[in-house]
Amino acid sequence: MTEAPLTSLYQALILEHYRHPRNKGELADHTVEARVANPVCGDEVKIQIRLEGDRIEEIAFDGQGCSISQASVSMMTALVKGTERSEAIRLAEVFTDMMHGSEDASSDRSLGDLRALQGVSKFPVRIRCALLAFDALREALGTGLEPDPLGGAAHNDGSQEETTH
Amino acid sequence: MPITSPRLDRTALRAQFPALAQEVGGHPLVYLDNAATSQKPQYVLDALTAYYEHDNANVHRGIHELSRRATVAFEGARVKLAKFIGAADSAELVWTRGTTEAINLVASSWGMDTLGEGDEILLSSLEHHSNIVPWQLVARRTGARIRYIEMDEQGRLILDDLPELLTDRTRMVAVSHISNALGTVNPIREITEQAKKVGALVLVDGAQAVPHRRVDVQELGCDFYAFSGHKMCGPTGSGGLWGRRSLLESMPPYQGGGEMIRTVGREESTWAEIPHKFEAGTPNIAGAIALGAAADFLDEVGFDRIAEHERELLSYALERLDDLGGIRVYGPTDLDERSGVISFTMGDAHPHDISTILDSRGIAIRAGHHCAQLVMQHFGISATARASFYLYNSTDDVDRLIEGLASVKEIFGPA
Repeated sequence: MTEAPLTSLYQALILEHYRHPRNKGELADHTVEARVANPVCGDEVKIQIRLEGDRIEEIAFDGQGCSISQASVSMMTALVKGTERSEAIRLAEVFTDMMHGSEDASSDRSLGDLRALQGVSKFPVRIRCALLAFDALREALGTGLEPDPLGGAAHNDGSQEETTH
Repeated sequence: MPITSPRLDRTALRAQFPALAQEVGGHPLVYLDNAATSQKPQYVLDALTAYYEHDNANVHRGIHELSRRATVAFEGARVKLAKFIGAADSAELVWTRGTTEAINLVASSWGMDTLGEGDEILLSSLEHHSNIVPWQLVARRTGARIRYIEMDEQGRLILDDLPELLTDRTRMVAVSHISNALGTVNPIREITEQAKKVGALVLVDGAQAVPHRRVDVQELGCDFYAFSGHKMCGPTGSGGLWGRRSLLESMPPYQGGGEMIRTVGREESTWAEIPHKFEAGTPNIAGAIALGAAADFLDEVGFDRIAEHERELLSYALERLDDLGGIRVYGPTDLDERSGVISFTMGDAHPHDISTILDSRGIAIRAGHHCAQLVMQHFGISATARASFYLYNSTDDVDRLIEGLASVKEIFGPA
């Protein structure tokens, strides 16, 4: 399929997040929650956020799946914790651009650890795995999903809920 | 192109499958995703092309030479395939798009017509979704109830439960011949014998069996047998349903249209004889003809050789996996109870990661739930990696797989 080096895909930082995920668990006092899954491969991500005003005060996730999907959600939660909703949405856009091969996006330092996932863009069948985290974030923030060019669209299983606000 | 001789000269045999002679990512392709679909030999591709180049016409209606030729080849393929699966009568073989459509045909036609409130359909928990969901659809509409034969820790059906599961309400037992997710070979004869005692019909999902071993539907004692062409060297969109004549004759049509009628009136129509009653519209003529060629090809190689070869590969691969270590293989440990399918997990290396790493070395396997989520639930996992063999695979392919898995270990560390 590809001659892209595996080393660009399986970087130490990715495997480290996969094995020692940040912000994994339940957030009892969350205000919004979203679950997304990729029915093609069975990867699942649930995120819970406590919003204070427009600020992501706390965020936690639960999920199962491959190293790429689980590392990216760990990295994403670490990055957006404490940011404003608008900044989180901007980061989602930059990350999505990086997955679609944008050079500008991949040199954007505001992506933090997520930049380690740049190599995924060279593996088309795995891009959906990396985007699952931000699909969940967008869903939780009520900004909708990206259509999947490969057709293996992540879908919301209908359990998105807005609890207290 | 002639079929290879001597019959199982591996290099000569492999050379007949054009798709296998390519590099992927700079490595010679190792194709180990045969349970998903098989590659096609030149002999089958030629049959497909020859039909379109010389005989292309609609069947059963045109009074002209091309239509006559197309009809002869199309019906000739039916006779061939009927014989191939041991049917007594080629009218008992209905062409379908594959196993899924064959099962849907029975669930929809026989099920909607026959099942009622409280009737029971007995499935097994190692079924492919295509032998679960059609029954759920018909159960919802008729009020029938679905029950399951469970499996043990090796993924074998617990037949001791059968006497309790088979009741006077059991109308249908639908079970796979060979599991696509684990390779388990089910004792169909034993199941049909017990099902007969309560008067239940038996449908067998033969998608994973017909490509790999000699199937005789009469000897199995079942009532319906479904199979796909694309897993047995034939084209996609080809396949069939075998059913007992008396059953097929009593069942209402599955779809309406041309080809399946005798007379059409303003309010009512009458149906053609079987199998045409179930073949509405222009069929997959090229697919059926090429599937006939695939059956010839497999017959020429010989199922004794194919089965023996796959067993050798399975045994060799299981040994090498064991030597490599850190791998959990699912399914029966006794080789008599399994076919050339190896479903496995490797520590915390997710099956999709395993598959990506192997793909980067030109090795194609399948990763995921294999359309068998009940099997995954049984083992408390969400996915496995699956390598599956066919007649053209070799021990070199297994060696390449093992090298690839060693590289997975390197990247992910010891389990």
